[in-house]
Amino acid sequence: MKILVCISHVPDTTSKINFTDGDTKFDTNGVQFVINPNDEFGLTRAMWFKEKQGASVDVVNVGGPETEPTLRKALAIGADSAIRVNTEATDGFAVAKQLAKVVKDGGYDLVIAGRESIDYNGGMVPGMLATMIDANFVANCIGLEIDGTNAKAVREIDGGKETVSTSLPLVVGGQKGLVEESDLRIPNMRGIMMARKKPLTVLDPIDSSAETKASSFEKPAPKGAVKLVDADNIDELVNLLHNEAKVI
Amino acid sequence: MSIIVYTESEKGKFKKGALEVVSYAKAIADQMGTSVTAVTINADNAESLGNYGASKVLSIKNDALNTFNAKTYAYAIEQAAKQEDAKVVVVSSSADSKYLAPILAVGLDAGYVSNVVEAPTNVSPFTVKRTVFTNKAFANTEITTDVKVVGLSNNSFGLVETGGSASVEDFSPSLPDSGVSVESVDKATDKVSIADAEIVVSGGRGLKGPENWGMVEELAEVLGAATACSKPVSDLGWRPHSEHVGQTGKPVASNLYIAIGISGAIQHLAGINSSKVKVVINTDPEAPFFKAADYGVVGDAFEVVPQLIEKLKAFKAANA
Repeated sequence: MKILVCISHVPDTTSKINFTDGDTKFDTNGVQFVINPNDEFGLTRAMWFKEKQGASVDVVNVGGPETEPTLRKALAIGADSAIRVNTEATDGFAVAKQLAKVVKDGGYDLVIAGRESIDYNGGMVPGMLATMIDANFVANCIGLEIDGTNAKAVREIDGGKETVSTSLPLVVGGQKGLVEESDLRIPNMRGIMMARKKPLTVLDPIDSSAETKASSFEKPAPKGAVKLVDADNIDELVNLLHNEAKVI
Repeated sequence: MSIIVYTESEKGKFKKGALEVVSYAKAIADQMGTSVTAVTINADNAESLGNYGASKVLSIKNDALNTFNAKTYAYAIEQAAKQEDAKVVVVSSSADSKYLAPILAVGLDAGYVSNVVEAPTNVSPFTVKRTVFTNKAFANTEITTDVKVVGLSNNSFGLVETGGSASVEDFSPSLPDSGVSVESVDKATDKVSIADAEIVVSGGRGLKGPENWGMVEELAEVLGAATACSKPVSDLGWRPHSEHVGQTGKPVASNLYIAIGISGAIQHLAGINSSKVKVVINTDPEAPFFKAADYGVVGDAFEVVPQLIEKLKAFKAANA
């Protein structure tokens, strides 16, 4: 089985979010970038398939050279090789288009992407990619078993979960649940050394234009200080929620 | 030309989010000088959408669509959009709508923007405001394609009753092979889901153990709220993973979010930040949640929550 894991290069959760150039660009100054958490669950599940069932695991990112340390981290965790499509990730559609080319050329059976990236949160790349390559697709995937070309997946739905059966080729939008947090692997020294020697192929992008464009960014208005209510005066809380916040 | 809106239903009954997206589609239609056509799948009382601004409903009734399937549903909506020459297609942010929207967007060659929080700031160029960086910022985003798909964030627009009426037409799209079939569904049917809820009551490790969730559930019941929990609580197995809210769990965009015994780690706050009003109950006045909350009570949950339940019951009785 050939597995491709899509890796987004995203600011760490604790990053301060600021914008530059008249609020048109994300300010990367001082920001630590990591593997998108949803993708890391997928990568770890892919490693499980590799070790338990036999599979090759490649990772891919659509982005500039600055994303390579993140791809190297994925190699250090255990992926066999990495691909970077050398173009700016302008929107979900443009990224999906580049990935579709990589999947077709590479003949992948299973593509695991995160349900969404924690920077732009669009949640659209896996579904668009699956549709472009005419593969089956499971979103919000929290469990995945593969047997030959058959797949059984668990999808998180509003208020619960459902189990579905489908077949390869398959794209999943994965998240926590594919593996648990305690299963995530921290690259060890040997992995880091080996990752340096593993192939990282840089591909030229195909022609594809974005369909959406973030023209400017803004931050939410600063929040007022919390209004404290005395623990002995819960009537006041009910009163505030009713008359001031108007939510009950 | 019209605006198409997909209105989700469950067992024939419209979800609240369905009515909200119709109200939202009506606002876009007014801006663009056109009308709203809703698409329903195995829903009853389709004409009731007229009251929220739909002028027409394309009603699909097909037993093959009794179980949700993203691909077949997306293809059905795509055919409706093409028949109506729709320029904008509106969907909600439910798990199912977010699942089908990217498939629909590719089928329509449409640019798609999700997590949109208000009516378009401009219809030419078509510009919407959406949340980014897990609710830490907004992006004003232009959609440059001829046809546009807009995913509205839950509880961000509200319901607007117009008193209008809608004509209902039967619509019979052709359906593709689904490729994915549902084997079983595990869902609490008697409870409000986090996605649909206007109020969410959430508990953290401060509650000390799963045996103490009775008061959380009682508070939720009084408020008609959904119950949720922090990540450690789901990791410890005190509550099911489907209740975990936060960055790696479910996002919450309720009108009121009540956090009990949750300290407010940045990953938790990222997931619940789009809730409009946040209340925190915690013994530790230094808990980071107090910086993010609108109202706070420094106190022991085991004393504060039962009081709150009692006061709310009295409030409900007085305002019934």
